[in-house]
Amino acid sequence: MNMIADSREHLIVIGNGMAGMRTVEELLKLGGAARYRITVFGAEPHVNYNRIMLSSVLAGDKTVDDIVINSREWYMENGITLMTGDAVKSIDCEARIVTTANGHVAQYDRLLIATGSRPLAPPIPGLNLPGVCAFRDIADVDKMLEAARTRKRAVVIGGGLLGLEAAWGLKQRCMSVALVHLMPTLMERQLDAPAGQLLQRDLDRRGIAFFTEGQTEEITGVDRAEGVQLADGRFIPADLVVLAIGIRPNVDVAKSAGLEVNRGIVVADDMRTSDPYIFAVGECVEHRGQVFGLVAPIWDQAKVCAARLAGDADALFESRALSTSLKITGVDLFSAGALTAADESDDEITLRDDNRGMYKKVVLRDGKLVGAVLYGDVGDGQWYLQLMREKTDVSALRDRLVFGRAIAEAGSAATGPDIASIPDDTQICGCNGVSKGSIVCAIKEKNLGTLSEIRAHTKASASCGQCTGLVEALLAHATGVVSEKKVPAICECTTAGHDEIRQTIIARHLKSMEAVRHAFEWKKPEGCHKCRPALNYYLLCAWPGEYVDDSRSRFVNERLHANIQKDGTYSVVPRMWGGVTTPAELHAIASVAEKFSIPTVKVTGGQRIDLLGVKKEDLPAVWSDLGKAGLVSGHAYAKGLRTVKTCVGSEWCRFGTQDSTGLGIKLEKMCWGSWTPHKVKFAVSGCPRNCAEATIKDMGIVCVEAGYDILVGGNGGIDVRVTDPLTRVATEEEVMEYAGAFMQIYREEAHYLERTAPWIARVGIDYVKKRLVDDDEGRRALCARFLYSQRFAQADPWAERARGADAHEFARMPEVV
Amino acid sequence: MTEFAWKKIGLGTDIPLRGARRLCFGHEGHPIAIFRTGANTYFALIDECPHRAGPLSEGIIAGETVTCPLHNWVIELDSGKAAAPDEGHTRALPVRFEDGEIYVGLPVRETV
Ligand code: SRM
Ligand SMILES: Cc1cc2nc3c(=O)[nH]c(=O)nc-3n(C[C@H](O)[C@H](O)[C@H](O)COP(=O)(O)OP(=O)(O)OC[C@H]3O[C@@H](n4cnc5c(N)ncnc54)[C@H](O)[C@@H]3O)c2cc1C
Ligand code: SF4
Ligand code: FES
Repeated sequence: MNMIADSREHLIVIGNGMAGMRTVEELLKLGGAARYRITVFGAEPHVNYNRIMLSSVLAGDKTVDDIVINSREWYMENGITLMTGDAVKSIDCEARIVTTANGHVAQYDRLLIATGSRPLAPPIPGLNLPGVCAFRDIADVDKMLEAARTRKRAVVIGGGLLGLEAAWGLKQRCMSVALVHLMPTLMERQLDAPAGQLLQRDLDRRGIAFFTEGQTEEITGVDRAEGVQLADGRFIPADLVVLAIGIRPNVDVAKSAGLEVNRGIVVADDMRTSDPYIFAVGECVEHRGQVFGLVAPIWDQAKVCAARLAGDADALFESRALSTSLKITGVDLFSAGALTAADESDDEITLRDDNRGMYKKVVLRDGKLVGAVLYGDVGDGQWYLQLMREKTDVSALRDRLVFGRAIAEAGSAATGPDIASIPDDTQICGCNGVSKGSIVCAIKEKNLGTLSEIRAHTKASASCGQCTGLVEALLAHATGVVSEKKVPAICECTTAGHDEIRQTIIARHLKSMEAVRHAFEWKKPEGCHKCRPALNYYLLCAWPGEYVDDSRSRFVNERLHANIQKDGTYSVVPRMWGGVTTPAELHAIASVAEKFSIPTVKVTGGQRIDLLGVKKEDLPAVWSDLGKAGLVSGHAYAKGLRTVKTCVGSEWCRFGTQDSTGLGIKLEKMCWGSWTPHKVKFAVSGCPRNCAEATIKDMGIVCVEAGYDILVGGNGGIDVRVTDPLTRVATEEEVMEYAGAFMQIYREEAHYLERTAPWIARVGIDYVKKRLVDDDEGRRALCARFLYSQRFAQADPWAERARGADAHEFARMPEVV
Repeated sequence: MTEFAWKKIGLGTDIPLRGARRLCFGHEGHPIAIFRTGANTYFALIDECPHRAGPLSEGIIAGETVTCPLHNWVIELDSGKAAAPDEGHTRALPVRFEDGEIYVGLPVRETV
C-alpha cells in the first residue's frame, strides 16, 4: 500500500479484457503513469488474456497459460491495482464514484468503460439446462472441455465465425459435432454463397454435420440438455449445446448510469461518452452507428483513447475497412468489404477452381476495390485490404486484379512485396522439396523464362502442380515480365493448343500425324514424346476404323500392354469383370504364377489381381495361358477404361436396392478397350452406403430405391475430388446410354492426359448436364458414336499377341553367325 | 585407339521404324540396344538410362533422340548424352550397315 499521498489523477477501468488493457498499455507507453494512478475491475477471476485464442485452447493447440497477455506481476510492476472477480455494479456520474458487487466503492477522475459484449441468448426454451453454454470466456471453454471428456455428442447453434471455431474445436476433441445454422450458407455476412458453400464442403469432409436453414425451436432435456429440436421437425441428439448466434454490446452499467446508449454506448471520435469524464472502448461501444466484433478497429480505438487520456487533443478514431479470417487449421478464407455487387454499375470478377478448392472474388465500384472474398488461397488478402483502405484507383489493373498481386502488378515496375518477402529458404514445391532460393537462383543463373524451363531445371511444380501459381509468380517477380495469358501449347514443338488442334483435325479432315504437324508448322518434323501420343489419340478418336494406331507413338505400357516396373520387368493384370472371379480363373492365375516363377501376386486397389515381375520375353506365353481360362487384358496400363468396382448389391446385401454387381459388369463389357484422354474408372454401389466408393470415380452409379444416381468427375489420386451429380434415371438401359454418352463426350472434348475431374472442373458440370441431360438427342448421338468406335476397339490385345502379333517387341535380337 | 569386334545381328528391317530392340548379348554385363530412326539411321547404345538405368529401348524415338520410359529424360542417340537440362550419358557403340544387315562394334581393346 502506498503510504505517501498520491497526487496523481485516478483512472478506473471497468473490464479487464482486450480493449481496456490495450488502452492501458498504450497509455503507459505515452508516459501515462506519471499522470494517472490506475485501478482495473474485472468480472472474470483471471488476469487479462487473449480471448481470440480461446478457439485454439478449445482445439487443444494452446493452453490457458499460453494465452495470458499480462500476468499479475505486470500489473504490480506498472503500479496498477487489479481487482479480479469483482464486477462494477453502478456508476454515479455526479459523484464520480463506482460501486462493485463486493461492495467496493472508489472515486475516479477519469473512467474507462470496456465491458465488451455478451453472447446473444434468444428466448429458446431449455436454454438454462445444464449442458448448454456460450463461447465467450474461459469458463465456457472449461464447460466444453469437461463435456468433451465425459460425453459424445455436441450441437453448435450458429454458423458464423464463433460457431464454426467452436464446432472445429469440439471435433478436434473427438466429439461428434453437428452445426445448426439459420441461413442457407455459412458465415453469410462475411462470405458470398459460393465461398460459403466451399467452406461447408470442406468442413463437411472433416466430419462436421451441417443443418442449414435450421431454426432452433427448443433445447430438450429433463435434467440436462438431450437434444435440439428444429422448427421443421428435425431433431438432433446432444449432450452439449453451444450457443454462438451472435453478440450484443454489454451496456448495463452505462445505461443505468444514464449515459447515452443505443445498441452500444455512444462515443464520439475522441472515444468519449456523453459524459466528458467517461471514455469507452471495445465491443461495448457504438461509434457513428457502428458496433464492433473484431480486434483490429478496437486496437485503433485504444490508441485514440490513450492519446486523449494522455492529453492529446487531436487524436480521432476513424473506422476502416475490416477483414475476416477463420482460425481453423487448413481452412483459408479472407473477406473484406462488399460481398457482392450492390447494383449493375458495380463490377464483380470471380475466379474459381473447384478442383483446387479455390475461389476468389473482387468487387469494384467507380474504379476502386470495395470488396474481396477469397477462399483456399488468401495470400493476397492483405494487399486487397490495403487497396480498399487507400481507395486506390485500380482501373488499370482491372483485368488482372483477381489473379492477385504478383500477376496484377507484374507489368508495372513494382512487383509484389508478397513474393519478395517470402524468405529464400521457404519451400515452394513440397513434392520435390524446392525452395524459393533455388528457384530464383536457377531463373537468374540459367536465364530461365518459362514455367516449363523452371520445371525442367528445378523440378518445382513438376509433380502435383499445386504450387504452379506460386512458381509463376516467382518467375514474374524475378524477371519482371508476366507470361501472356494464352492458351497453353500442346508441347514445345508448336504454339497450337489442344482444342485448336482437335477442331482442325475434324474441320480439315487431317488423317495422319504428318498432316497435322504440317498444318501447324511443327518445329520438329517428328514431334516429341509429348505431342506424338496426344496426336495419335486425337486421330484415333476422330477417325475410328480408319486411322491406324501408331504403336511407336505410344508409351511403352500401351505398346506392350503391360506396366513397366522400375527394374524393367512388367506387371500383368487380367480383367475381373466387376470384381467377380471364379475358381477356374483363380486356378489359372495360380498356375501361371507358378509356371513362370512370378515373384509377386497382389490384390490391386481396383478389385482384381496383379502379377508383378514378369519378364518381358515371357509376356506372350503368360497371356496365352491366361487366355485359355478366358482371362483378357485388364488394360491396367491404358488411357482407357480401367476398372469398374462394384459392391455385392441386391443379390446378397441386406441393404442393396439394385443389382450393382450385374450393372457394373454390363458397364465394363460395354466400355472396355476404348481409348480415352486419360484413364477412366467406374464404380457401382448398391445403395447410398456406397461401399464401391462411387463418389470418387470418373463415373459413379449409386443405386437407390427409385433407380440410379449417376455421378461424374470424381477422382482419387493426388487431388481428391468428389463427383458432381449428373442425374437420376430409372432403368439400367438409361444408365448404359448415359455411360456411353459420357465416355464419348469426354473422349471428344477433353485434352490428352486430362482426367474427367480436371476436365469437368474446367468446363463446368452445367455444361456436361446441358449436353447429356437436357439434350436427349445429343446424348443418344454421343452414345451411338461411342458404340461405333467400340466396334474397332474391342479386340483383346493379349490374345492377338499370344497368337504372334508384334513378336519383335518381345524377343531380343540374336547374334547371327 | 579402340579396336572393335563386329557382330552381325540381322536385318535392319527386324527393327521397327522409330523403334528399338535389345540384343541377346551385352557388353561387360550391360545390355545393348539398337535403335532405328524415322530416317532409317541406326544407332547402338548401352541400354541403360544415365538417370536410373531405365531401358531406353522402350522409349519413344523422335528425330535422333529417345525419351526414357521411366522418367522422361531425353537421350541423344548418336552420343548417348542426356539433353539439357539433365546431365549424364550412356555409352554409344558404333553400327555398320552392309547389304541390309547390321553389325554392332564391341570394343575389345582400348588404348589411350
Ligand atoms: C496396381 C495399382 C496399385 C495396387 O497395387 O493396388 C496401381 C498402380 C499404379 N498406379 Fe494407380 N494403381 C492402382 C489403383 C489406383 C487407384 C485406386 C482405384 O482405382 O480405385 C487410384 C486412385 C483412384 C483414381 O485414379 O482416381 C490410383 C491412382 C493413380 C494415379 C493418380 C491419378 C490421378 O488422377 O491423380 C497415378 C498416376 C497417373 O496415372 O498419372 C497412378 C499410377 C499408377 C502406376 C501406373 C504408376 C506408373 O505409372 O507406373 C502404377 C502401376 C503399377 C503397375 O505396374 O501395376 N495411379 N491408382 C492399382 C491398380 C488397379 C487396377 O486394378 O487396375
Ligand atoms: C472464441 C472467440 C474467438 C474470437 N476470434 C477473433 C478473431 O479471430 N479475430 C478478431 O478480431 N476477434 C475475435 N474475437 C473477438 C474479440 O475477442 C473481441 O472483439 C475482443 O475480445 C473485444 O474486446 P473487449 O475488451 O471489448 O471485450 P472483452 O475482451 O470481452 O473484455 C470485456 C471484459 O469486461 C468484463 N466485464 C464486463 N462487464 C463488467 C463489469 N460490469 N465489471 C467488470 N468487468 C466487466 C468481462 O468479463 C470481460 O472480461 C473472438 C472472440 C471469441 C470469444
Ligand atoms: S501409390 Fe500407385 S504410383 Fe505410388 S507407389 Fe503405390 S502403386 Fe506406385
Ligand atoms: S531412368 Fe531414365 S529417366 Fe529415370
